[in-house]
Amino acid sequence: MGIINLSEQEESIKEIAGHRPIAAIPIAGRYRVIDFTLSNMVNGGITNVAIFTHGKTRSIMDHLGTGGFWDLDRKRGGLSILNPMINPQDVVQRRGDIESFKNHLDFLYMSREKYVLVSRSYMLANIDFNPAFKFHKKSGADITIIYKQMENSVRRYINCDTLNLDENDNVMGIGKNLGKRRHYDISLEMYIMKKDVLIDIIEEGIHRGDGDYLKQCLFNRIQDLNVNAYPYDGYLSCINNIDNFYLTNMELLGAEKSKQLFHDHGTIYTKIKDETSTLYSDTAHVTNSLISNGCIIEGTVENCVVGRGVKIKKGAIVRNSIIMQNAFIDETANLNYAILDKNVVISKKKMLFGHEGNPFVIRKNATI
Amino acid sequence: MRNRKKEMVAMILAGGQGSRLKELTIRNAKPAVPFGGKYRIIDFALSNCSNSGIDTVGILTQYQPLVLNTHVGIGSPWDLDRREGGVKILPPYMGMDGGRWFRGTANAIYENIHFIDAYDPEYVLLLSGDHIYKMDYSKMLEFHKEKDSQLTVSVIEVPWDECYRFGILNTDEEKRIVEFEEKPENAKSNLASMGIYIFNWKLLRQALIEDEADDKSSNDFGKNIIPKIIDGGRNVFAYVFEDYWKDVGTVQSLWDANMDLLKLDNGLNLYDKSWRIYSVNPMSPPHFVGSNAIIESSLVNEGCVIEGEVYNSVISPDVRVGKHAIIRDSVILPNAVIEDYAEVNRTIVMGNSVIKAGIKVGKKDGDILLYNDESKDTLSFE
Repeated sequence: MGIINLSEQEESIKEIAGHRPIAAIPIAGRYRVIDFTLSNMVNGGITNVAIFTHGKTRSIMDHLGTGGFWDLDRKRGGLSILNPMINPQDVVQRRGDIESFKNHLDFLYMSREKYVLVSRSYMLANIDFNPAFKFHKKSGADITIIYKQMENSVRRYINCDTLNLDENDNVMGIGKNLGKRRHYDISLEMYIMKKDVLIDIIEEGIHRGDGDYLKQCLFNRIQDLNVNAYPYDGYLSCINNIDNFYLTNMELLGAEKSKQLFHDHGTIYTKIKDETSTLYSDTAHVTNSLISNGCIIEGTVENCVVGRGVKIKKGAIVRNSIIMQNAFIDETANLNYAILDKNVVISKKKMLFGHEGNPFVIRKNATI
Repeated sequence: MRNRKKEMVAMILAGGQGSRLKELTIRNAKPAVPFGGKYRIIDFALSNCSNSGIDTVGILTQYQPLVLNTHVGIGSPWDLDRREGGVKILPPYMGMDGGRWFRGTANAIYENIHFIDAYDPEYVLLLSGDHIYKMDYSKMLEFHKEKDSQLTVSVIEVPWDECYRFGILNTDEEKRIVEFEEKPENAKSNLASMGIYIFNWKLLRQALIEDEADDKSSNDFGKNIIPKIIDGGRNVFAYVFEDYWKDVGTVQSLWDANMDLLKLDNGLNLYDKSWRIYSVNPMSPPHFVGSNAIIESSLVNEGCVIEGEVYNSVISPDVRVGKHAIIRDSVILPNAVIEDYAEVNRTIVMGNSVIKAGIKVGKKDGDILLYNDESKDTLSFE
């Protein structure tokens, strides 16, 4: 079975994660961040997937529905959305996500599967889990962590977990990436273990009271459990701050990375909407861009990722930007290095320039 | 006892070949022919039903139904996967007294009287599955009820010099139908039948039974049932429809209708979110436009990779247009590949076709060509 844990660090990306979890951030035109992990699980044969939410659930629940688009609208297993339990008697809101796991232990006990893959949503990859499963079972380890060896782009994974491995790929400890070393083993925060091991980690963690987060409870057990690691070498990106969000979208304007992410091991599924074909008028000038359906493009678009239903009027110029759904960019508006959240309206003649490396973020529903 | 009664049941005639669409219908029924990039022709009738509040639709199939059946499925894309009613595919079938193919449009409905009876409707809406239009049938029903009509025929004004191509209805000032003329030389009216009818079910039911018993009848709605009802002194009215409507029965008219979509303020206006046209949508990434690509006055869909030049054309999902390739005034169906330096003019390129590097297809003026890559299975139904 699969578990996607949505309690993620959102401080550095709050411009677009203020009112939605990272998992629900629109990305690559028509997707949301969670689509990648969810699709990877389904493509790996997992048919019982639980999403442990952590608040701000409206958009993610609206997006996931009953899981039908990921083939998870099933009688046996399928998609479950498990929200934190809020007792009216509780005056203090507890920190962390371990409470939520404890409150949903029933779900874990009742699931039929023997193994569980616990993941986050913010690590984007197109990964075939089957070799990792085989490796885990064969090695007899208690927990297998999927990781990627990084040589160069370590600054993109600042604050991500790093693994200290011995020669046999056993995990001796877990640290954090400060961005100061050339070579790191970055954890994808994807853990394969027996369901019973997970239940034990949760229960022991609550019993000891030494962890507010599942991750902490897991780390506290590294010494007494047999934990190894499995290497992954395909496309990876993490959506934990605005810069990474911007870079990931822009990277997809290249055929190679785009092919790796969208096509390597399986299709990436997402919620399907009945959008019309995108119409280019006779004044449209579009180059090097990813354009979703439902748009009407009359202006100039260069190096952009454009979401669904966006209207760009004649004479508007949009460059190096990410435009989310239903934005309206009026005539002669001029945007460069901008990130527009959903439903933004940019009126005539408005100019908004961010900088390379420092894009200008405009919040949802704003009218400029 | 569950109440299955419906006010109006729709029946869509989707059994014809549409032979004037040539290779597009060799192994595909006309209503399942791709249109407008991401649709199939029947999406319009189905979406209209759903948006009009009609939740029970029978689709009569006969000719090459595989693509159509796969596309329609259980009707979920059009909100027609319902507990009671919903969409039902109705093929010819074997019974205790043997089996037979449908002999005509009226015969097809006759063989499915039991289907309609199950819902005990007051009215039956008869549609064809091969027109492109948006219409609220509930308004037509309101008109039908107001006029106390027993048969209402939806009509559209056509240019006077085109009347000879249509079934023309002559009406009085109250829109009562006084005469029906099939393809008249000297038309007395320019109101053409759109092939959309609302019948009182009791009347239609009786007419079908009588028609079936008539050996000399060709069991066709247009030739037999309709004229008989009109001549029979019943309350028959014409409902004038004034919006965009196109019968895409020929390669030329299919191309024309596709081209109509390229104008920003075209008559069909698919951008009206209050009347969406639903379809089976592809699960593909957004389309990618390359650094040297040029796209003007065109429609493009998901999954495409456009690296060449596209002018005045409709590009369906998952099409690849190579570098320096040029596409003009054409319709490219799903999954086709136009390789580098190839050129396509005024052509409908069938799905999955590959136009190899440097090859030129079609001419800049002249008739619309239908390009069928014989080496490929151009029928994609999954």
